Amino acid sequence: MNTIHGCIYTFGNNIDTDQIYPGRYLELTEHAEIGQHAMEGADPTFHTRFAKGGVIVAGTNFGCGSSREHAVITLKNAGVAAVVAKSFARIFYRNCINLALPAIMIPELDEYRLADGDDIDINLFKGIIKSKGVSHNFPPLPGNILELIEKGGVFALYKS
Amino acid sequence: MHAIEKILAQASGKPSVTAGEIVTAEVDVGEVNDLYLQVVKSFYELGGTSVAHPERTTFVFDHYSPAPTIKAADNHKQMREFCAKMGIKALFDIGKGVCHQVLIEHGYVAPGSLVVETDSHTTTLGALGAFGTGVGATDMALILRNGSLWFRVPEVMRIIFDGDLKPGVMAKDLILHVIGVLKQDAAIYKCVEFSGSTVSALSVEERLVLCNMSVEMGAKCAYIQPDQKTWEYLARYGVTRAVREVSTDPDYRYSEEHRFDASAIEPSAALPGSVDNLALVKDQRGTHIDQIFIGTCTGGRLNDLRTAADILKGKKVAEGTRLVIIPASEVIFKEALAYGYVQTLTESGAVFSTPGCGPCLGAHEGIIASGEVCLTTSSRNFPGRMGSTDGRIYVVSPATAAASAISGTITDPRSLSNN
Ligand code: SF4
Repeated sequence: MNTIHGCIYTFGNNIDTDQIYPGRYLELTEHAEIGQHAMEGADPTFHTRFAKGGVIVAGTNFGCGSSREHAVITLKNAGVAAVVAKSFARIFYRNCINLALPAIMIPELDEYRLADGDDIDINLFKGIIKSKGVSHNFPPLPGNILELIEKGGVFALYKS
Repeated sequence: MHAIEKILAQASGKPSVTAGEIVTAEVDVGEVNDLYLQVVKSFYELGGTSVAHPERTTFVFDHYSPAPTIKAADNHKQMREFCAKMGIKALFDIGKGVCHQVLIEHGYVAPGSLVVETDSHTTTLGALGAFGTGVGATDMALILRNGSLWFRVPEVMRIIFDGDLKPGVMAKDLILHVIGVLKQDAAIYKCVEFSGSTVSALSVEERLVLCNMSVEMGAKCAYIQPDQKTWEYLARYGVTRAVREVSTDPDYRYSEEHRFDASAIEPSAALPGSVDNLALVKDQRGTHIDQIFIGTCTGGRLNDLRTAADILKGKKVAEGTRLVIIPASEVIFKEALAYGYVQTLTESGAVFSTPGCGPCLGAHEGIIASGEVCLTTSSRNFPGRMGSTDGRIYVVSPATAAASAISGTITDPRSLSNN
């Protein structure tokens, strides 16, 4: 959980939950099945082209729209290791924390020049993002959120 | 402190709170809708055995109601079983309506109450002076298990509308205008308060529209100071007392203020793709429409059906255009029947469906095909929201929707009243 290494998949601003997980699949409840429709509304080919462990990099207001937790469940089950965005919609952000999907908010993300298809390394605890040999520091997530992510989310916390 | 801060402070047993602070607050009412069997699953995964406050817990079957598929039917069945097992009596089964409206009409919302629902449009309840916010399944499962949840105390952004509305302009036009100007991410994590002479003059039904759509700017919750009209509206549903006293201290400092001259706002539309893609209806006229949808927690209240009935009385829906109408709740449906609106609208060619969300989120009862154009009084027009990703959705007011039904093309409601 400490370090993430994967390929970058870029998206634009205001990627809403209907694009992350279209409403027509909301009646599904099996997580593995939910994972097959990740980002389908934004890119119907995502499921076939995505390599597990990859990182979504997006603009402002990622996850806006409905409260559907399917949006986080689908990303987790598709194997998305983290989402890096300029800003997040609040319910999506809460859902990420609860389910231990690292959501990293970097308002000045444009300066990082993260490009689709490039490799990315993220150290969550030190707050370092590295791509194409260039490193950037970002403010690490608050301690309690990191702890929750490390433990595996709310469920693991309540079980322990 | 702001009224919203006072609600959070009192609900978390603190003398005061400030923006940015994290508090653990008791939740007065929790609501689970039928998209969320995951709440039940998460509740058990979190080691839940009994619901902390069954009397403060409600279930509303609105998004897939009546069940359109075997899977949805099975989800409903499991939720009914869960309620029976946990002693939850407030299960609003199929046809009662959209959760936000149902909670109001059944007396679960009062000024000062803290209501959490598994739906982003819970911001609607701010129009009654309540703290209403949406969460996902895991957070709701925690509420069921513990009766409380953590919240970040929000900054409050104030939006002031002054001036008289022009004929043909509705609250929907005001809020589309605001979102178009301030944009979709203007209020992330914030509370949005609406005030000013225009807001005071609006009916409570119209105020609910403003607060409902503030989530389209990212708001956590919304707020309108309760007044005489609020109390008259609530009295209809048996609510006569505030859960907590709500008032904002005169020295409270808003994080931002935005003023709008409501008298200058014209019938507006959000163009296909995003809610902040603002245009004037008059500039879109002539665009052919395949389907018009009047309904939802945003645009399916009695006032909306009355507006549509007034416009369509004695007229026909254009050939080649479908008009689907879904009252937001059973209570509204019955009122619309009593007033004759259902008769008027049906005679004009409208098709009615069961109170609930209908095609708002693309589940059933009027899904749009690839390449089709839909005009809707709901709140969202993201690609694929109401069916095919290639469908084009315009968000408009009920007046614009009804006026457009007559010609089957986008029509400014003011162009009719001049006739
Ligand atoms: S009517 Fe639409 S916006 Fe309202 S709760 Fe239902 S799906 Fe959501």
